[in-house]
Amino acid sequence: MPLDWQLATVTAVRNETPTVRSFTLRLPGWAGHRPGQHVDLRLTAEDGYSVERSYSIASEPERTGEVDITVERIPGGEVSPFLHEAVVPGDRLEVRGPIGGYFVWEAALGGPLLLVAGGSGVVPLMAMARHRAKAGSHVPARLLFSSRGPDEIIYRAELDRLAAAGDGFAVAHTLTRQQPPGWTGYARRIDEQMLTEVVEPLGAAIRAYACGPTALVETVANGLVRLGLPADRIRTERFGPTGT
Amino acid sequence: MEERIAMMRDDPAVDLTVDGSGVGGLLASVFGGEMTATPGQCAHCNTVSIVGTMRAYTRGPGVVLRCPACAEVVIRIVETPTATIVDVRGVSYLRIERAAGR
Ligand SMILES: [Zn+2]
Repeated sequence: MPLDWQLATVTAVRNETPTVRSFTLRLPGWAGHRPGQHVDLRLTAEDGYSVERSYSIASEPERTGEVDITVERIPGGEVSPFLHEAVVPGDRLEVRGPIGGYFVWEAALGGPLLLVAGGSGVVPLMAMARHRAKAGSHVPARLLFSSRGPDEIIYRAELDRLAAAGDGFAVAHTLTRQQPPGWTGYARRIDEQMLTEVVEPLGAAIRAYACGPTALVETVANGLVRLGLPADRIRTERFGPTGT
Repeated sequence: MEERIAMMRDDPAVDLTVDGSGVGGLLASVFGGEMTATPGQCAHCNTVSIVGTMRAYTRGPGVVLRCPACAEVVIRIVETPTATIVDVRGVSYLRIERAAGR
């Protein structure tokens, strides 16, 4: 199973929030993926300078022949500002994947399922939620989603629709910096009390996936272990500064 | 698009770093298959951890994976124009399952 670079055509670009954009990549030779997996993107200039970055796939595997990636614009970054400012439908990008076998959930694995996201950490969890809906799974599932403010909630409308479907999927939002008038969700960073409340309706034997900034993911993983969840039921994916 | 790519080099910083899952593509190309779910034992502290949860440092030349328990270097990969250099002094073993296709 060699992991070859293939040429993807950008077929759609969509704003999710003021700083987050989704790109649909058409991949004629795509062999399919599992929810939670990544793709690598490679950009190469005429003189051979090239950069690679890994992005979580946002779309469900039930959609074939194409994947969506959702990219947060990181100021001073090398790749994300380029994707945001320069890439338009019709452009071609080099892609390889799917990549990853650890941070993966499929309906066949069962649940109950706890998803915890910080900011753009929601992207691989969205692939899981979309897959769960498309696969007709009724595994009880809850997403605890931390965003800074109301305008920064990625996939907000779609998450509302998924939660309204009545198939056992619920979303709890927390807004850490700015809350709109009348906000009834959480209004602080994720802590153990919040985890306890969100996990409670799911029972004890859950599978948990947490993705986001390092500090958030470590809070969640440590909190779930203290709540009695075995470490091998908790899968994590961190981004952000390491080693500090 | 090439002109636009050339502009990127003016950026002073690189994108933020990730954990081992974020360099799964490089690992797959070096080891010949999916590696992020692979357990490996740190040769420094003997902790067994999943490669996908190791800390990946991508800012220097090549990629360095560090043990999530003791932060020592476990795997170092440097790509030169003609070769890929893999330094695995920091792991006492990697348990690679023989999955279909490998
Ligand atoms: Zn160690």
